[in-house]
Amino acid sequence: MKTDIEPISSAAGSPPQVRTRSIGRAGDKIFLGLSRGSGIALLVIMAAIAAFLTYRAAVAISKDEANFLTTFEWNTGSSPMRFGIAVLAYGTVVSSVIAMVIAVPIAVGIALFISHYAPRRLAAPVAYVIDLLAAVPSIVYGLWGALFLVPHLTGLYTWFDDYLGWTGILSYQGGAARSLFTVGILLAIMILPIVTSVSREVFRQVPKMHEEAALALGATRWEVIRMAVLPFGRSGIISASMLGLGRALGETMAVATVLSPNFLIETSLLDPGGGTFAQNIASHFKEAGDGGRDALIASGLVLFVITLLVNGAARMIIARRKEYSGTAA
Amino acid sequence: MKLQRKNRLRAIAAGALAVSGALVLTACGSDDNSSSGGGGDSKAAATIKCDGKGQLLASGSSAQKNAMDLWIKNYGGACKDTKLNYKATGSGAGIQEFLQGKTAFAGSDSALKPEEVTASEKVCKGGKAIDLPMVGGPIAVGFNVPGVDKLTLDADTLAKIFNSDIKEWNDPAIKKLNPDAKLPSLKIQAFHRSDESGTTDNFTKYLKAAAPKSWPHEPGKAWEGRGGQSADGSSGVSSQVKQVSGAISYFELSYATANSIKTVDLDTGASAPVQATVDNASKAISEAKIKGTGSDLALDLAYDTKAANAYPITLVTYEIACDKGNKAGTLAATKSFLTYIASEDGQTSLKELGYAPLPTEIATKVRESVKNLS
Repeated sequence: MKTDIEPISSAAGSPPQVRTRSIGRAGDKIFLGLSRGSGIALLVIMAAIAAFLTYRAAVAISKDEANFLTTFEWNTGSSPMRFGIAVLAYGTVVSSVIAMVIAVPIAVGIALFISHYAPRRLAAPVAYVIDLLAAVPSIVYGLWGALFLVPHLTGLYTWFDDYLGWTGILSYQGGAARSLFTVGILLAIMILPIVTSVSREVFRQVPKMHEEAALALGATRWEVIRMAVLPFGRSGIISASMLGLGRALGETMAVATVLSPNFLIETSLLDPGGGTFAQNIASHFKEAGDGGRDALIASGLVLFVITLLVNGAARMIIARRKEYSGTAA
Repeated sequence: MKLQRKNRLRAIAAGALAVSGALVLTACGSDDNSSSGGGGDSKAAATIKCDGKGQLLASGSSAQKNAMDLWIKNYGGACKDTKLNYKATGSGAGIQEFLQGKTAFAGSDSALKPEEVTASEKVCKGGKAIDLPMVGGPIAVGFNVPGVDKLTLDADTLAKIFNSDIKEWNDPAIKKLNPDAKLPSLKIQAFHRSDESGTTDNFTKYLKAAAPKSWPHEPGKAWEGRGGQSADGSSGVSSQVKQVSGAISYFELSYATANSIKTVDLDTGASAPVQATVDNASKAISEAKIKGTGSDLALDLAYDTKAANAYPITLVTYEIACDKGNKAGTLAATKSFLTYIASEDGQTSLKELGYAPLPTEIATKVRESVKNLS
């Protein structure tokens, strides 16, 4: 998000920030203290979470009979415990990737429509409806997914199987469509509003001068979008996607309601099976004993690390692209 | 069913109020309500003997949540001085909270493990925690096969179906048990619970005990079978059976009744296949042996029973309390509440919720144990 704000000030041509002498004033001191305190508090909280997760995870992993990273099993009720996160890591990443692949193009399309194509009278209601999607609780998405979406996907999956079944990853054996792909579709709908509204704000901030310059050179509207709007908004789209990805990775109840989890990795994305970290924690937490709870926390730690890595990667992409995009102007 | 329950509740509550108003000796006489009395079942009130005051906290098994809700309403209607609160946090969390001394008693789907009994010596001053079987119920196997209304299966076929060894509804093994049924050539969609649950624990214990050859997995709260699909909670699996053609799954009988799902009759080796009903479940529970010692009444269920009309896939959930050294503040209320729920009225009132009342022999022992709590 930070990167979104930077370009505005530079684009608006404001002078570089000058450190004023007003630092000596009481109000400034208090504000400085408060904001520094918030920053430090955030770091302390994150460190505390990480320390807690690491400690409990270490306890659990030391009791794990099986390999924590490669085992296709989650059995914490027996002693000794056997559990591994391979299936969960795969399921979490795959379902989120499917969600991103579906949601980001649609979200960017909606955002462009609202900011550049739609007449103002239409733009506001559309934007409102999209924001409304974000207000629906995830369990409601889950119920809708399980009771409505799943039965209606059977036809689509059979079609996939007929034409794309040879790929192996899109073959379908019939049965309830409670698969990772279904989860991906549901997650896509769930992250649509956040990706859309952030992208929309970014597109709105494209300097009018850039667009008018492109128009003056004889560009069509599509060319304006391609040459002026998208390059300017690229880092914004990436950070919007990352916000969406964060939600997709951590989504719990909707996934637990829609997926038919097991501890196998199916070759086909359409066949029921798999699992995600958050779903697995939700499914096993209630009846877990002490050891089982620690094992779940260990899996939570892995999700924490994956999220950190994803965010880090996104930041690197944004930083590298900066000089080529309009944001560096 | 809901209506019935309400009426019955009202009757019991009204009766309880009327009679408890008359009994001056009981501590909870709330005679200000006597106008609403009449027409009640006087026995209900006679068995609710109020004692103790204040808040009674308990938590644990969600399988007995409905039973607890009913009992708490009945008891609360009669004993205004006691506020009962049962949180269905799951058995694991319930035992945990009890061992930390946060609750007066816990509800659990399985008896305490030895290490949990040892740990309980900290909260139970001078005693230890004991298991009191309180809520029993049949686990029905529901199916959705177009054109088939009645289906008989035995333990071996069930184990093979749930372990993905039998994959089609017109498999010879199923045909053999159902010579008259028109079994379609349809894929079997076996659903199991994706969350850990006492229902899974008892169902797999049954499979392991009654069909050890076809069920090679260890029983447990988490599903270990091969293949199949899963859904979250009893409501999740039952709605899948309702929705998916060719589906089969296991859940408490009440879910089958509520969703009008057809249930499998079990060929246990008895002269006739056994239906999943509360009475048949009670019969099977009466075949159980008590494996607990002293006042501990942990049961060893007879999953492989061949007795006539005994439906062996049952779930028995326990209340867990200290035999000695219960907290002084809540002892009286705990005893009074447990006495009520173990009483004949407490038990038979469960029938309409799809639970099976404890058989007399076991119930008598439970009452004895409750009486001796201190």
